[in-house]
Amino acid sequence: MVTLKDYENGETAWCPGCGNFGILQAVKKALVKVGLEPYQVLMVSGIGQAAKLPHYMKCNLFNGLHGRTLPVATGAKIVNPKLTVIAVSGDGDSYSEGGNHFMHAIRRNIDVTYLVHDNQIYGLTKGQASATSAEGFVTKTTPMGAFSKPLNPIALAISQGISFVGRGFSGDIEHLSTLIAEAIENRGFSLVDILQPCVIFNHVNTYQWYRKRIYKLDSSYDPKDRNAAFQKAQEWGERIPIGKIYTQDRLTYIEHDPEIESNPIIEQKHSLNNFNKILEDFKI
Amino acid sequence: MNMSIDISFKIGGEAGQGLQTIGYILAKSLARGGLYVFTNQDNESRIRGGHNFYQIRISDNKVENLTEEIHVIIALDEKTIIEHKDELVRNGVIIFDGEKISVKKYDENLLNVPFERLAKEKSGSTKMANSVAIGAAISLVGYDHSFLESVLKDEFGSKGAEISDKNIQASRAGFNFVSENGIGEFPYRVKKIGDSQDFIFLNGNEAVASAALLSGCKFVSAYPMSPSTSIQQFFASKMKDYGVVFEQAEDEISAINMIIGASFAGARSMTATSGGGFSLMVEGLSLAGMTETPIVIVICERPGPATGFPTRTEQGELEFAIYAGHGEFPRAVFAPGNVEQAFYLTSKAFNLAEKYQIPVIILSDQYLADSYFTTERFDISSIKVDRGEFFTESQVKKLGEYKRHLITESGISPRLFPGQKLGLVVTDSDEHTEDGHITELADVKINNVNKRFRKLELLKKNIGTPFVYGSKDADTLLIGWGSTYGALKEATKILNDQGSNVKMLHLSEIWPFPVEAVRNELKIPDKSISVESNSTGQMAHLIRAETGIEINKKILRFDGRPLTPQYILREFRKGR
Ligand SMILES: Cc1ncc(C[n+]2csc(CCOP(=O)(O)OP(=O)(O)O)c2C)c(N)n1
Ligand code: SF4
Ligand SMILES: [Mg+2]
Repeated sequence: MVTLKDYENGETAWCPGCGNFGILQAVKKALVKVGLEPYQVLMVSGIGQAAKLPHYMKCNLFNGLHGRTLPVATGAKIVNPKLTVIAVSGDGDSYSEGGNHFMHAIRRNIDVTYLVHDNQIYGLTKGQASATSAEGFVTKTTPMGAFSKPLNPIALAISQGISFVGRGFSGDIEHLSTLIAEAIENRGFSLVDILQPCVIFNHVNTYQWYRKRIYKLDSSYDPKDRNAAFQKAQEWGERIPIGKIYTQDRLTYIEHDPEIESNPIIEQKHSLNNFNKILEDFKI
Repeated sequence: MNMSIDISFKIGGEAGQGLQTIGYILAKSLARGGLYVFTNQDNESRIRGGHNFYQIRISDNKVENLTEEIHVIIALDEKTIIEHKDELVRNGVIIFDGEKISVKKYDENLLNVPFERLAKEKSGSTKMANSVAIGAAISLVGYDHSFLESVLKDEFGSKGAEISDKNIQASRAGFNFVSENGIGEFPYRVKKIGDSQDFIFLNGNEAVASAALLSGCKFVSAYPMSPSTSIQQFFASKMKDYGVVFEQAEDEISAINMIIGASFAGARSMTATSGGGFSLMVEGLSLAGMTETPIVIVICERPGPATGFPTRTEQGELEFAIYAGHGEFPRAVFAPGNVEQAFYLTSKAFNLAEKYQIPVIILSDQYLADSYFTTERFDISSIKVDRGEFFTESQVKKLGEYKRHLITESGISPRLFPGQKLGLVVTDSDEHTEDGHITELADVKINNVNKRFRKLELLKKNIGTPFVYGSKDADTLLIGWGSTYGALKEATKILNDQGSNVKMLHLSEIWPFPVEAVRNELKIPDKSISVESNSTGQMAHLIRAETGIEINKKILRFDGRPLTPQYILREFRKGR
């Protein structure tokens, strides 16, 4: 039986009190919940404080470029569908630099779990506005307050027909780990947007700020109701819902081509004889 | 040249008039009689209208390039006559439909064949006019109609017997019309010279794509861009039969990152693009270098900068391919000169990529990508798949826990694919420890740089020597690379036939640069000329950078059109 201990690894380079610690804890717990061993898991991360997370646990890891987690995760999943593939990064990486990949991963419904540490700021580059920073948010690059409207990743995901989307809070590890476990078990592309206080650069969206506002969706809420979900996705400000916001059954990328699953690419033994016919196309 | 048959056809018209089909059918009919065929197309970047042409050269000797001397023009519009009549050799003929085009103003050798009327008489519709035109051309050169018939059957058979029969009737009508109303004895004649069984007919992109499949490439992700798109489509068309996967990415950044993910997870993977798309891939290229992930990138060059001439040719990205990417890391760059080289070098590219865990670039261009060649059937049995060193059960004792970036003497760290109990596979685009975790230690960085570049030293031993042709102790050296191989070879031969003393040096395995081999050939730098399809002489730069030898003379073409032997000769003589 796999335990939390199997996932423990080394020291972190995060600031004391950072929301990332809670997320790390929740990820490990979720993996134990779903009963996966580290060798079965491939994490793909980008660049940023969030993207360092997989270095602080045990798993296979491709720590790639800023913004490019999803293409790497997609390529790996297609050729080896047996891997549990989790992409993890910050809000800058995921919603700005990698924004295009995010939309297309939803369309493709590739069976990858996407964890976004949403601290509404660029941490690693020391405090610039991100795509989810609030209007008027003052940072080093928005000294007069951010003008652009914040992106609403959850509404965007629902509008594009994502298979699973939820919002978690790094200050509630138990709730978050359950949500992540559900996302991993969901077949199809799953997004968990995680509210993550950055204690150094974001003095607005603090633990306290969140604790005052968040509430958990309970069983009276039906995440399969798309219109209701769309409304939930707009709730922000005085009250912020966390939990599973929307889910739907959708054929996944792997399911649409059963060959990929029954005869995984990395298990195919390449034999020249099978390919002899290729040159027949060119015969005169 | 001492050829008994060396004839070129040019078919001109608007986009959408079916030039490609006519050209392909005519070319294939000629190839069926055992003739060597080379074709190329010149298209504007549009779907209808404008002026396009398709050129076919045939010979009883191997032909691997265009020539500017045309024997037969098939004009589907008046513009073709205006633009190309001067390319006709003496006694050359223009076949055209005099009921569609009025030609009173021209005094060239004109052969009026009513394409549309004959098509309508034979098949009830003017749609088959193109088949009439092909039949007419076949008759003009005295070739056997039966080859054309069999090709029409193959090409239109899938659309039903009626369609293929009607096309055959139409082509025969054109054939008979010319036999009866021809222009007397046409001096340029073609006959069957042998069997076509041992030959194949394909273009550069098909050579690359089929080599990739045969070499075990299982995953291609790419974003459509001329002139690379047909590689993507060929691979995609084989998904069902061969269990491989093509995924059209949302952009080229995604494409290269997808193949990196697929390769990391265990599949031979490739992408194909042109210069613009490659520009977007550059950060990913560097990622492959850092994470030591094997990938193959095909760049089909077209004229730049920016969107340039989207459907034409240039060799403007040699230095870009070699130097692209931030930071320093080993890579290989190949630039095939014909379909055979495209085939075998693609196969080699996959082996080197995996053996040395590096990115390998195949640098092609529109001219090679879209040109069809007849060539001897490729020797499939010579394809060997070498996936390099792996971490196995038996090494656990010796090497201990798996370390993806283990420092070794060769610089090669045995690979393991994620998902196995044998170990965790960890890599990072940040500088990393042997086990793949992020680090900022100075000596780790130094060790890693040295490790990665030790692979380059081994890689160098795999680079083939450049191709040399012509007179041994020549007083002039023509230097070229990539797709200009055929034109350069013919120019060299013509010059030597006319009494000059010329040698040609052609590079197809360009990086790591074969320094010694090139230096040995560059004994007469003052009499050496770099011949390239670009405006700055990038090979000359590279030679200077790598050997210290300066090549001052250059023959350059950068109007988007392919280099021809005639162009080289004109420029060569100017310099005398
Ligand atoms: C192509 C590229 N552009 C910019 C950067 C610099 N950069 C590194 S992390 C980062 C933003 C980090 O913000 P976020 O993704 O929200 O992660 P956080 O540090 O907040 O967890 C930027 C801009 C980079 N590494 N690569
Ligand atoms: S800068 Fe912010 S996000 Fe980064 S580790 Fe510190 S608290 Fe966490
Ligand atoms: Mg952030």
